[in-house]
This record gives sequence, C-alpha cells and structure tokens, in this order.
Amino acid sequence: MKLSSWVLIFLLCNLTFLSSISAFRLSRSQPTERISGSAGDVLEDNPVGRLKVFVYELPSKYNKKILQKDPRCLNHMFAAEIYMQRFLLSSPVRTLNPEEADWFYVPVYTTCDLTPNGLPLPFKSPRMMRSAIQLIASNWPYWNRTEGADHFFVVPHDFGACFHYQEEKAIGRGILPLLQRATLVQTFGQRNHVCLKEGSITVPPYAPPQKMQSHLIPEKTPRSIFVYFRGLFYDVGNDPEGGYYARGARAAVWENFKDNPLFDISTEHPTTYYEDMQRAIFCLCPLGWAPWSPRLVEAVIFGCIPVIIADDIVLPFADAIPWEDIGVFVDEKDVPYLDTILTSIPPEVILRKQRLLANPSMKQAMLFPQPAQPGDAFHQVLNGLARKLPHERSVYLRPGEKLLNWTAGPVADLKPW
Amino acid sequence: MKLSVFRLSYWNRRGNSFRSSPSLDPTFDGKSPSSVFWFVIHGLCCLISLILGFRFSHLVLFFLFSTSVTNLYTTPFLSAGNGGVSQLLRLKPLETATNSTVKKNSRVVVGRHGIRIRPWPHPNPIEVLRAHQLLVRVQKEQKSMYGVRSPKTVIVVTPTYVRTFQALHLTGVMHSLMLVPYDLVWIVVEAGGITNETASFIAKSGLKTIHLGFDQKMPNTWEDRHKLKTKMRLHALRIVREKKLDGIVMFADDSNMHNELSSVLKKEEGKRKEKPSMPIQGPSCNSSEKLVGWHIFNTQPYAKKTAVYIDEKAAVMPIKMEWSGFVLNSRLLWKESVDEKPAWIKDLSLLDDNDEIDSPLSLVKDPSMLEPLGSCGRRVLLWWLRVEARADSKFPPGWIIKSPLEITVPSKRTPWPDSSSELPAAIKEAKSDTKPRGSNSKSSKGKQEPKAFNGVKVSTTS
Repeated sequence: MKLSSWVLIFLLCNLTFLSSISAFRLSRSQPTERISGSAGDVLEDNPVGRLKVFVYELPSKYNKKILQKDPRCLNHMFAAEIYMQRFLLSSPVRTLNPEEADWFYVPVYTTCDLTPNGLPLPFKSPRMMRSAIQLIASNWPYWNRTEGADHFFVVPHDFGACFHYQEEKAIGRGILPLLQRATLVQTFGQRNHVCLKEGSITVPPYAPPQKMQSHLIPEKTPRSIFVYFRGLFYDVGNDPEGGYYARGARAAVWENFKDNPLFDISTEHPTTYYEDMQRAIFCLCPLGWAPWSPRLVEAVIFGCIPVIIADDIVLPFADAIPWEDIGVFVDEKDVPYLDTILTSIPPEVILRKQRLLANPSMKQAMLFPQPAQPGDAFHQVLNGLARKLPHERSVYLRPGEKLLNWTAGPVADLKPW
Repeated sequence: MKLSVFRLSYWNRRGNSFRSSPSLDPTFDGKSPSSVFWFVIHGLCCLISLILGFRFSHLVLFFLFSTSVTNLYTTPFLSAGNGGVSQLLRLKPLETATNSTVKKNSRVVVGRHGIRIRPWPHPNPIEVLRAHQLLVRVQKEQKSMYGVRSPKTVIVVTPTYVRTFQALHLTGVMHSLMLVPYDLVWIVVEAGGITNETASFIAKSGLKTIHLGFDQKMPNTWEDRHKLKTKMRLHALRIVREKKLDGIVMFADDSNMHNELSSVLKKEEGKRKEKPSMPIQGPSCNSSEKLVGWHIFNTQPYAKKTAVYIDEKAAVMPIKMEWSGFVLNSRLLWKESVDEKPAWIKDLSLLDDNDEIDSPLSLVKDPSMLEPLGSCGRRVLLWWLRVEARADSKFPPGWIIKSPLEITVPSKRTPWPDSSSELPAAIKEAKSDTKPRGSNSKSSKGKQEPKAFNGVKVSTTS
C-alpha cells in the first residue's frame, strides 16, 4: 500500500515538474494553445482565497488630491498604480484586519506629477515615498515588524523605484533605500540592472482597454504587412544625432530598413494605427529611453507577433508567460540583419506563435480593465504575490533589529514632502 | 556610408536639452598624461577646423594613423557622458564617479552607442520572396480558420449568343468570374449552336467551361428572348443534373454587372437592391431579416411605351423576376435517387417546354423556403445593362480588323482642334451625304447602334 502510493506521488511529481508547453490539441474551431510558463499553467489561477491584502488608509494628499490636480494620470501609460488601488479597494482579497493580512499595500501615486506635455517628473517622488513610509511606520506597527518585507508598492515609472527618467542618473541613484526589502510591482525589467530588484513583479504598462477593443477589425482580414512600426527613430529634442536614444537600435532600424518594402515603418501618427497592427504579422517593439513600451501590450492584443529589440529585458509576468515562445527576441547588435532573421523563421513557428497570441487568457493578462475581470493583469499581480507566499522566517525581524538605513540616499531626498 | 556612420556615431555635441545630464565624466578629473594628450589633440583640431572652415576632428587623425580598423559596424563606442571627451580607443564599459554601476557582469552598457548599419542596407530579393511566401502561408491559415469552411464549387450558367455586343458583355462577366477565389464551373449556353467565336472567347478565361449549344436562334423581340433564355437556362440545369455537378448554381447573364460576387457565394442567394428611382427587383424583408415578399417592378404603367423590338428607342422592361437574382444548391436539381432532396422543389424532368417558367420561383413549390442573402439584398447588387445592337448590325469577327480599310472618312467632329483648312471643305461635302454618328453605347435606352463600315459613300479628302 505504502509503496504504491509513493510510486503514484513520484509519477505525479515527474509530470508537474515538466515545464514545457502542454500538448497541442488543435481542432479547427479552436486555433489557440494553452500557455504555461516556468511557474506552470498559472495564467488562469484565481487569487481569491490564496492571499489577503491590507490597504493602508493614507491621507488623500498621497493619492486622491494628486489625481484631482491632474486627471490626465488616468490615461497615460503609468496609470497602473491608480487602477491597482481602485481594484484592491473593492476586491475580495482585501481584508480590513491587518493582523491576518499576508501583504500590505501602500497607495501612493508617485508618477502623477506631470509636465504640460504629459510626462511625469520624478523629482519629488523619492520624497513622497519616504514621507508615506514614515507615516505608516509611525502609525502602524507592521512596517517595523518586517521593515517592509511584506509590503508591496506599485512603481510604474521608467526605471521603477530608481525614480529618474534618465538611465545614468537612475543607475546612480539606485533603488530608494527604504524600499530595499519591499516587493516592487513595476514595468521596468532588465536583467542585471540596479533598478530591478530580486523578487520584483514586472507588469505591462497601462493601455486603455476600451480604446483598443473599439478598433478591432474582423479576424478574417488577411495580414498583408510583414513588419510594422510607428514611432520615433531619433529623439530629436533630446538626442539629435542618435546613439543615446534606444542605444542606437531604433536609428539602426531606420537606417537599414527605410527603403525595404517589407518594413512598414515611419514616424507618422496614423488614425488607423490599431487597425494596421491587426494587418501585420510582426510588430517591432524596440526599446526607447527605457526598455519597456506599451507596444508590447498592443501587439499581444492585436495578434501581431512582437519583435523585441532590447537586450536583457524582463517582460511582464515572465514566470507565467513563456515569452520566448510567443515573441521574437533580437539582440541589438543583430538589428542590421533583422530582415534575414525574420524571413528565416519557419512558417510553422510563426503559426504557432499566432496561435499562442490568440489565446484569450494571454490577451486578458496584459490588460487593466475596469471593472476588473478574471485573468487580467490585476489578478496576475495577485497571483505573483501569492506565489511568493508563505513569507520566510527571515522577513520577520527580531525586536530591536534594524536593517534599513533611513538616512541613506542623496541629501535632497531627505527633505520632508 | 562610412562617413555617415562617423557623423552619426562620433559627433560629440553638447546638447542642452531636457534629458541631457550634466557631465558625469570621471576621466577628466586630474592631470593624467593621457587625458592631457587628448585635450591637446582636441584643441588642435578645433583650431584647424576654425581655419579650414569645417569640422576637422581628431577622429580623422585616428583613422589616418590607425593601421587596423576595427569592425566599425559592430562595436559600440562609448563616451563618458555628454560633455566629456569621447574615448574612442578604449572600449571599456562606462564607469561613473559615484557608485559602481556594473555590480554584476551586465553586457548592456549605458551611454552612447554606435548606430549599426550593414554594408548594403537595401532589401535582398531572396528574403523578400521568402517574406511573401510567409505572408501567403499566414493568409491561407487565416482563410481556413475564419473564412469559408469548405468552399463549394460555383456553377455559373450564362445564356449567350453571337452578336455585336457579345464581346463587351462577356468580357465583363468573364473577368468577374476569374476573380472569384473558389472553384468555378462556367456553363455557357449558346443560342444558334456552338460557334468558334464564343468558344475562343471563353477559352481565354482559363476557367473550367462547359459550352453547350442550343438549337434555336435568338428571336428579335425582348419577350421572346426572355423566353428562350429561360429555356436555355433550364437546358443548362438539366446538364447539371445529368453530370451530377455539385455546388452552388448561380445565373449570370452576360449583360449583368456584379458587385460583391464572392460574398454571395458564401451564402446561397443574392438579390437586388431597393431604390425607387430605378426599376428594381428584390426581396423585401421584415425587421428580423426574414423574407416577407418581393419587390417587383410594375410594368403596367409602361405597357404602351415599352420596346418590343430590340432596336426600338423606347424603354426596355425587365421581366417580372430576373433569373440572375437567384442562387440555388445544385443538389436540388438532381434526380430523385438522392436522399436529401427536399420536397419543396419540383423535379426538372417533369417540366415541359410548354410550361410557363418565368422565374426560378416556379421551380419551387413552397416559396417560404427561400432565404434572402446579402443582408436582404442590400449589400449584393446586380446591374442589368440593357443595351443591345440592332439585330442586323454587322461587326468584324472577333473585333479585329486585319485588312487595311478601303474607305476612310473623317468624322464630323474630332476631339482635337482642326488645324488644316482643307478639312472644313471636305467636311461640308461629307455633311450632305452622311448620317450623324453619335456613338453612345452606354445609354440605358436601346439606341440605334452606329452603322459602321457600310452604307457610307463619301469621298475622302484630297
């Protein structure tokens, strides 16, 4: 009896530890394929019941008042922080009893101080964050209990919690010292980079779901564009001759392929941008000033295979979504040979990628719909947090133990906000 | 090519811009001999450029004096910040003065990179071909997933006969049919027997054709023509039944113009659109798109004024319900032995030639089994060009004129301004003898066709 049960367990373990894409069952009416990444087939997991989140009640100057001052924050690509709070406030994972909470959420909108153009200025963000943490540390005991190791923050800015739009400066600053132990939910992800902490959860940037849904065209429209891209190649205002912007990759795309009929690339802003993406096979998603971009979300929604040109990038929900099987990764040094690379992909691989992209759970995982729907990005974040549970013993500090340095960082950051 | 790479990647401008950083240059902090050396070279080059009037860079010196040129196109060149001296020869990663940045061995370095351009940045035709093959494959997959599931063969029945405007009409129908992306069988029934002209014409289409001959000649009155055409169509349907052709049967008269042909073929019937100013026939539907009746042109008010003969100048009336508007499944025509034959269609063999068949509706016992297509006829349109030449009009066979013309006469009005003064004299002569020749062949009334090449006895100009 014992032996047979052990054999059964052994067999089950073997099956569950296989992390490849599960068997392909295609019938004519179901042109999709199940998606399972390194964490398994987790896109459709339901986080309810697996974790509890306590949302701090911060004074409205940290969130609501900022939003009132500039409502453009609701539509730009950094809006995830706002919608995350709204989702959590009405979600069944929320608990009002902090004693039973597994995770603590601090709703502070650090990316809502916008220039007239709409770009966020991160200069006050470190001070704002620091002030919020000081507030919760003094009013609730939970921060000091773990020095923030069971708290999570949403920092969707260019370089996450480094709080600067320029990479050199961001690297110089590093992640805010007070957030050293917390979990960060951010859009930025690059391997071996200062601004990506171990254990962070990468999320897609916010893209307006209704706007994209309203531009869908019939699926039988034949895909007649080979490669599609619309956007800047040279950032003329900040880097006129190229070389800095996108590490020269976008400029290389332009110089090599501007007269290639297969590449429909330009800097225009057509009104049919979304429709054109649905008529293309490949959509370029090169890095800009930061490696991430909403183009990835748009490509996934519209079924266009993303061609990711950003060395060492970490894509959203990398443990739940096998991006290697879905997109095409091109090193920046191989950009001059992009046409050779793309045309030498065998057609079966392309069709398989399109099938994976057609999976509705894939598309749903990239969106932040309001109200929240099962399987969307909010739920994937919660799933990611749930996968990190249970917390290790080491997060709970012994009384009197202090690991964070509250006076570290540039002097200007220490000023109260 | 090389120069552009230079320009793009080696210029060391100090841009004052929103995102520019003040210099993080760590190298020029002391008086190390190498940095002094570079500073001197830089100053020298600035002076030279002032004198010469264009930019003379130490890069030129570098390339003049370097023996081995490293692979320009693939190595990234880094500069320490915006305002510092570019370190061309030292290709080590960026080090900033403050914190050590490269804590792990990252292969991605911050700073200015070269813009890589391959030696021949133009499309390679082999790759373009491969890309097109990929596109075809993807589109095929799309069609099989989202398009018509199992496309049926289309059987098109066209009654025709040799006449002046046959080429005009048949060309239109032929090209429409050639564009249909599905399998096609074209049954051409010709009145007066099979002729070489028609045969050679339809052979040009490259479609699978069945050319049938019908022994009667086309009569001259519109009414009789309609009747004969109906008989010809029934003859074609009998052939469909004999040969057991499977597919969707549609009727394309050679004087029709089709819109949205391919979407018709996905469904099973096509009708005409409702529009009050033109004589229109079509289905009429209620709000739930169900067929409730037919719009038929009422010919009563025009009874006295209609054209009877082909060449009359009066309006040509359509018959009550044109055949071309109907599409049916060929299995309906097969013999009784087929099990799935529904009870609401009459058997073809029971129909006599004497029966009054004026529309496909008479083939159907139960008219409620018809289904309107193309959103109740709104999207699929069929146009009937009612233009025919006189029955006795002559035209060159195949519309090819091989032998030189015996008589040429200047026309009364030329489209270009006349420069010669001799012509008006000739024209005055011509005026008295010839009849006017307006050649509007696309009017909606059956006008007189120009009598080409005969009956004109005018001398040419001298």
